[in-house]
Amino acid sequence: MLEKALSGDKRYWTWIAFLLLVIGVGTLAYLKQYNEGLGITGLSRDVTWGFYIAQLTFLVGVAASAVMVVLPYYLHNFKAFGKITILGEFLAIASVIMCMTFVFVDLGQPTRMVNMFLYPSLNSVLFWDSVVLSVYLLLNLLISWVMLGAEKKDIAPPKWIKPLIYLSIPWAVSIHTVTAFLYSGLAARPFWLSAVIAPRFLASAFAAGPALLIIICMLLRKLTKFDAGDKAIDKLAVIMTYAMSINIFLILMELFTALYSGIPEHISHFEYLFLGIGDKTALVPWMWFSIFLAIVSLIILHFPKLRANYNLLALGSVAVFFSIWIDKGMGMVVTGFVPNPLGIVTEYLPTLPEVLITIGIYALGALIVTGLYKIALAVKEKAA
Amino acid sequence: MAVDRRKFLKAAGLVAFGVAASPLTSAAQEVDSLNLIKPEELLQEKPLTAKRWAMVIDLKKCLDHENVKDCAKACHEEHNVPFFDNPKDEIKWIWDEEFHNAFHEANHEHIAEKYHHIKVPVLCNHCDNPPCVRVCPTQATWRREKDGIVMMDWHRCIGCRYCIVACPYGSRSFNWRDPRPHIEKINENFPRRMRGVVEKCTFCEERLAKGQIPACVEVAKNDAIVFGDLEDPNSKVRELLRERFSLRRKAALGTQPEVYYLV
Amino acid sequence: MYDSPKVLLGLVIFLVLITFPIWYNIAGGTAEYVPELEKPVKGENCVADTEYMRSSHMDLLNTWRNEVVRDGDRVYTAPDGKKYNKSLSQTCLDCHSNKEGFCDKCHDYLKIEPYCWDCHIIPGKEMK
Repeated sequence: MLEKALSGDKRYWTWIAFLLLVIGVGTLAYLKQYNEGLGITGLSRDVTWGFYIAQLTFLVGVAASAVMVVLPYYLHNFKAFGKITILGEFLAIASVIMCMTFVFVDLGQPTRMVNMFLYPSLNSVLFWDSVVLSVYLLLNLLISWVMLGAEKKDIAPPKWIKPLIYLSIPWAVSIHTVTAFLYSGLAARPFWLSAVIAPRFLASAFAAGPALLIIICMLLRKLTKFDAGDKAIDKLAVIMTYAMSINIFLILMELFTALYSGIPEHISHFEYLFLGIGDKTALVPWMWFSIFLAIVSLIILHFPKLRANYNLLALGSVAVFFSIWIDKGMGMVVTGFVPNPLGIVTEYLPTLPEVLITIGIYALGALIVTGLYKIALAVKEKAA
Repeated sequence: MAVDRRKFLKAAGLVAFGVAASPLTSAAQEVDSLNLIKPEELLQEKPLTAKRWAMVIDLKKCLDHENVKDCAKACHEEHNVPFFDNPKDEIKWIWDEEFHNAFHEANHEHIAEKYHHIKVPVLCNHCDNPPCVRVCPTQATWRREKDGIVMMDWHRCIGCRYCIVACPYGSRSFNWRDPRPHIEKINENFPRRMRGVVEKCTFCEERLAKGQIPACVEVAKNDAIVFGDLEDPNSKVRELLRERFSLRRKAALGTQPEVYYLV
Repeated sequence: MYDSPKVLLGLVIFLVLITFPIWYNIAGGTAEYVPELEKPVKGENCVADTEYMRSSHMDLLNTWRNEVVRDGDRVYTAPDGKKYNKSLSQTCLDCHSNKEGFCDKCHDYLKIEPYCWDCHIIPGKEMK
């Protein structure tokens, strides 16, 4: 089936060439980082994780959100998702690969990455995170390939794939739960020391993932002959609406606990995030922009009449996606480090090479999605 | 000469368990002035051992800022710790910290004036329940069962920095840049590090093996830092903890730090 | 197979190209060259026999580093019962004090670049 990704019109190849160019620039930036060290990033002794780990956190969510199309289709037999299940699975594959790349570029000694499997520590959440992510990648590769292959040949898929599909549903939940445990089990960081981190991660994932799928479906409608169907898009919009509402609710829970309890170590992080501490305000405009986007999206999504207008729905989806990208990425990760455990405020902003590497990895993800979607659409076109 | 030194080092072993530090300091400098320690001699040195190493720091004696600074200098020279002129890339094994940063829960508005002038030496606490060890995905940092020292393996570390994230004391540093051009004076008896790995205080594990007390303890004047076996009821550290009130940094987190501060 | 003559020709060209250094050295008569290593200045015998050290010194060093760093076990007992400090820079280089003539010569010949010396210090050779 892979050969189907190798035939396309001029528009297709221009897009591929553009992505390769961006990947190339990112690779050059990474070579600079490889040769000079992580010192070329904005990271410091106080803020040791930043833009890369923020993307990892966000993208694990996008990967996990595939379950929002897989579950209704396979478990509840919601037929309208039949056409887009494969899109969700392929998006998950690209997201997991991006996650792994972000972990890789964040390592100080990337050539020693195998040590994680040569000397595994069963008590390290990072070890388990890499295990669940790898298995999730394999599950999705296998399921999507087998199901698409069956569709191509117009035969029923083999029986043994069903249990794996059912397994992939709790597995999707597990990858994001384990990612949340990376943060929520650390006594050193009061900002993350919260039982709602995992539920919050899942809620935001099930909003941001469907938001991205809606945008993709709309783009495919415009650019290709593929139509996901209004029924599928409307259902995704409902899922996104509920998930985003729960996400905002959980964030408010965090705020209540920190502010009402009045524990300085818990308040100070929220203070930094929303108001800034002294003249240290790097994240403040971003965070308020995220809140603004969240409010816009909630207004659009909560009125079925507004939601039914696809231009507004597109706007709402973009707003959900970027609101969560800011809040769950930089907002969640960087704020955990500010102030540091000694109460000292050191700010962080990514540097140019760091941003270029990040964009390069997103381009890699886009390339994988493009190629896989090309295959999926070609198969579906023939079958139809 | 060699015999004298061995005798001295045996004596130093006893001193570590508590006797006065002043004769020790002068004699120990003699050791430093010797060149390479020859392998065959090293084998005959009696290592200092303990069931549970611990450190007691007297805050009263930390009003002498020079003393605290000297400790850090001795440690950093001993271990080829690079010097970076900016806080972003900084590597620190032991350093002087303001009282309100080292002990925010003990600080308040009306605290005695002298606490504003104290420079608290802070370092790895060699916790009994170390969160850094728990999170390391490659077992590159671990707690030594025989004496409780939290160790680092710089050949193993992949530079994920999870241990830095998990440490509640900010005791760990990452080599953001190549440290080698930034080492001011090289100690040939200790390796340097490469960039991309995490490092921290090891309670001078390599010196203990040669029968020497930690570098910071050796240069600290007036018994400002005392080092010894917490499991030995007759040790100086136990005596001090019995007689005086002491604090540990963020004891409420359950990490069981083994660096104690006398108030 | 389509175009089998072309494919075979391509394979032959590929094989010739990647084995070129071998033919070049045979033709130039340098294939027999083996570097002459400088003998250590002192010490009667090594911590293990020459054959073993030649083939497996890196394994020994790796074992040593693990035992020293991870187990705090610093004393090595040689087959002849003699005890040594497990240290590259202090035990090995104490006899093999001519690193350039010994370690480097063979490593260069084999194009191996061990990074031991990036961190471990050659006694007396540090510029700074």
